[in-house]
Parts: sequence; C-alpha cells; structure tokens
Amino acid sequence: MMISAEQINYSIGNKNILNNISIQFLPGRCNLIIGPNGSGKSTLIKLLSGELDNYDGRIMYNSSDIKTFTKLKLAASRAVLSQQTELGFPMTVEEVVMLGRNPHFEFNPSKKDIEIVKEVIALLDLNSFIDRNYQTLSGGEKQRVHYARVLAQIWESPKGEQRYLFLDEPLNNLDIYYQELFLSIAVSLLNETTTLIGVVHDINIALRYADQLSFLKEGAIIKNGAPEKIVDAILIKEVFNVDTQIIAHPATGKPIVLF
Amino acid sequence: MRLNNKIFFIVLIIILLLVLIAAIALGAVQILPSEMMSALMHWFKGEQSNSIYENVFLQLRLPRVLLCAITGAILAVSGVLMQGLFRNPVVEPGLIGTSAGAAFGASIVFSLSPFMSPLFKTILGPFLVPVFAFMGGLAATYLVYSLAKNNKRVSILPLLLVGMAINAIGLSGVGLMTYIARDPQARSITFWNLGTFSGASWFQVLVTGMVALVCIYISFRQAKKLNVLLLGEQEAGYLGVEVNKLKTGILIVNTAMVSVATAFVGVIAFMGLIVPHVLRLLIGSDNRKLIPASIIMGALLLTLADMGARLLLAPAEMPIGIITSIIGAPLYIFLLKKYHFNQNHL
Repeated sequence: MMISAEQINYSIGNKNILNNISIQFLPGRCNLIIGPNGSGKSTLIKLLSGELDNYDGRIMYNSSDIKTFTKLKLAASRAVLSQQTELGFPMTVEEVVMLGRNPHFEFNPSKKDIEIVKEVIALLDLNSFIDRNYQTLSGGEKQRVHYARVLAQIWESPKGEQRYLFLDEPLNNLDIYYQELFLSIAVSLLNETTTLIGVVHDINIALRYADQLSFLKEGAIIKNGAPEKIVDAILIKEVFNVDTQIIAHPATGKPIVLF
Repeated sequence: MRLNNKIFFIVLIIILLLVLIAAIALGAVQILPSEMMSALMHWFKGEQSNSIYENVFLQLRLPRVLLCAITGAILAVSGVLMQGLFRNPVVEPGLIGTSAGAAFGASIVFSLSPFMSPLFKTILGPFLVPVFAFMGGLAATYLVYSLAKNNKRVSILPLLLVGMAINAIGLSGVGLMTYIARDPQARSITFWNLGTFSGASWFQVLVTGMVALVCIYISFRQAKKLNVLLLGEQEAGYLGVEVNKLKTGILIVNTAMVSVATAFVGVIAFMGLIVPHVLRLLIGSDNRKLIPASIIMGALLLTLADMGARLLLAPAEMPIGIITSIIGAPLYIFLLKKYHFNQNHL
C-alpha cells in the first residue's frame, strides 16, 4: 500500500528536469518534499499525481501502474491542490467547492455531495463566504476555497480503497493561523488508507510536520527520511547553499533551522 | 443578486411566447390570432386556404419567426460554449472566425455550383449549402484556435487578433464569390455581412431546427464538465475530465450549428456575446442553467431584433445585423475594458 516512483526521468526538450528518481510514499504519514526554486518539486507532484505522463520509469499506486487508470477513476480517489487557480467567470464559493465532487455524480449532485460540501466549508471557516462571488475574495481566501474543493473531492474514499492527497505549495498567501490549519487538517486525515504528499517552501514548517522529508535539488533526491535523523547544517548548506544553525525546539525537541 | 431559478425560467418562457406571437402578428400585413388559429386548422386538415392572411402567416411569417428563434438560440448557446471553452467572456462565433468561415463556405456553393459535378450535387442534395458552410466554419475556427494557441493555453489577445485576420479572409472570400457570381439569384454581400431572415423557408426551419436540437442536446449533456473546465484545463484534468476530448467535441457541435444557421441567414454578430453576459449577471455561471436559459433568451432577443428590422423602417427592411451590432458592440467594448484592459495578460 503506497505510492512508489521507480527510476523516473523527465525532460523538456533536452533539459533534464528530474533525474533517476526512485522513492516511496507510505500511507498514514506526512510525506513532504522540499528544495530550492526550480529543483523540480512541482514537476514531481505533477508526475506522481498523473497530470504528466510523458516520463521514463514507472509510477505505481499500490500494485497498479498509474497509466492504467482513467482520469475519472483516478479523480475519485486522488486530489491535487495547485499553487494558483483562477476562474474566468463569477461563481459562488459553494459552487466552486461543489466542483470538487465532479467525479462522484453524473449530472446533479446527490444529498451526500451537498452534505460533504457543507462539512468542508465549515472546516475551513468559510461559512460566512458561501454565497460570495469567488472572484471578489483575497488570495488567501481563494486558497481556502480550493482546499475545501480538493478535500471535498476525496472526503470519503470508497470502502477499503486508498485515497491520495497532493499539496503543491499550499501555504502561499496564507497567514500563520491558516498555514497551521491547512497542515493540521491534512495530518488529521491521515490513516492507513490515506497517503499525503506535499511540497512546502518553509523549512521549519516542513521539519515540524513531516514524518518523511525529501530534499530535492537539480531534479535529484539528495536525502530522504525522518527529519530529526537526516537534517543537519551540512545538508541545508548542500541543498540551499545557506549557512545555518540547527537547534532543538524547546517543547517538541524537533529540529529548527535558524538563518 | 441571484434570481429564483424556477420563477426566472417561467417568466422568461412567458415573455418568449408573447414575443413570438407579436412577431408573427406584426408586419406589413397584420395577422390576427384568430387567423393564425384558422390557418393552423386548415393546415392540420390538409385543406388549402384562400385567405391571403392565412397564406402570409403559413408561408412567410411563421417560418421566418421560427427560423429566427432557432438561430437566436443557437448563437446564444454557442456564446456560452465558446466562452466556457476559451474561459473568456469576450468570445463569440462572430469574433473567432466561425461565422465568417461558414459564410465563405456557403457562398462558394451559391457562386460556383454551376462548376460542380452534378453527381456531387445529387448526393448532397439540399444539404449542399449546410455541408459547405460547416466545412468553412470548422476550418476557420480550427485555424484561429491553433494559431492563437501557445503552450497549451489560448490567451485572448492572439485569439482576437488571429480571429480578426481569419474573419477578414473569410469575408473577402465571400466578397469575391458574390463578385464572380453569374447566377442572378446569387445573394448580396450585405446578406452575408449583416444577416437577414427575409428568405426564411420551411426547409431551412427544419434543417436548422434538427441540427440545433441535436447539437444543443449534446452540449447540454456536457454542462457539468464545462463547469469543471471553468477552473482551467489542469484542474479539470485533476477532477477527472478528459479535457481534449471535451474540447474537440464541443468545438465540433458548436461549429456545426453555427455554420448551418449562418448558411441560411448570414453573419449575425454579437448575439453570442449579449445573451450569456446578461444571463451570468442574472443566474450565475452554472452551465446546467446557463444553456437552457440561453436557448430561451437567445430566441427571445433575436426575434425582437428581427421585429425591429422589419418594423423600424417599414415598408423597407433593414439587415438584422445592424440592430444586434448597435446593442452588442458597446457591450463588447465594455466587457473588453472591464475584463482585459487592466490585466497584464492582454
């Protein structure tokens, strides 16, 4: 039960974006990816989530190659929160969140779809926004709407089946309250049938939440493992080219990077 | 502000019926409702009527009003589809080459049919004009779409500029065809540029009606997917929509219905712009409501415009495109200003 990438190579033209990546992501754990700008994090998310398929190597969901799924089948159990999503036309917040239920109903939403949308809207403090025009919201509010939409998409996985949540730099535009909320919601969903893979920018947030942290640089995985076991100043220097000091969090004992 | 949907639809349908009856009744010859009824009775029983009013009603007014209503519905729904596809509120069939291409295709038949092989003409029969219009419309739309496309994304500036160029080519083609036409019946260039319903026949009503029925039904079935596409192609893919399949399908049915309508009535600009814009303000952007509402409101507005074309300068008649452009062009400028002049991506 896991997502595994086997010897992934991906290039655009003759520029290599990802080099020989082999990695596994287990359900029930917070899998985060971090790396400098242009290291290939977003591309890796697009490959793992099935958006791009012209790569070499294999990506497996449990024992099935991701290329064997139809888009609709995949969408029923896999959701992706992207960095930025814009809408061309006015829609209410509720309508946008309901779009997340697309894989689950034929033409009109069922009672269950409507209930799920209400639940996720409440979860993200969006109750007072339900009838607001999405286009009039601030950047952070828009991001909360999309998070609600993405959660609605995989809120209930079919019995016994796996579900997969991808977060591609979800915390841009968010204040620290919502940064905490976003990640704690994601972590609270985790169980043996839920796999989470996220890209984050902030090293200390990554250290705080990750069970498995993968350092990506120039399209290759430099180091991968539990943060407290792998993170030191040498690694941070190697990946980000910044001199830092690492201390332990006074309460949790987890590493904190000072720079 | 959103309106109550049920009441909105009922009111819209009632207004449409009233406008249709008014459009049938008014004109150079006034037709009373009682005459309409008796004409329908005669027609139903298969009897010939001697009343000139009844014949005007059956042979001229009724097909004209029906063709007008169907065309209005087609153009309005087409506006909704194209705007959804391009994710942009300033797109409509008159602006991105579809109508001009279709007009070119149809005008080829009118001017060059003496040179076409008789066998070919026999096979296509009365569908010669619609088929040529469809090929012209599809070629033009595809050309605009592929030339304006850049990295999987269609941005509006290249779209409008390329659309302008293809429109110019299409309409010059029409001009050339009307110029070289030997057939004294060949229609005038004004007809193609500005549109008219004065030549409406029952055959045209039947063909346009059937094409509209099929094409609008198919697009309505895709309304949920079109809603998801409002989030952009990548997000729609994540939500399980086969984006390329959807786009190709919509582009084809859209081109088919617009082309057939254009072949019979010429290019009528801006209808596809006005109706969706007004409806989005009234009932929102959900295509499951927007498409049915566009059918009704498109039929309603174009019938009104045609009444204006017939009555404003009576007994003379003006091209309907003049009326739709007087209303549509300012709205177009307004939309461009509102949505694009302030954004970096134009």
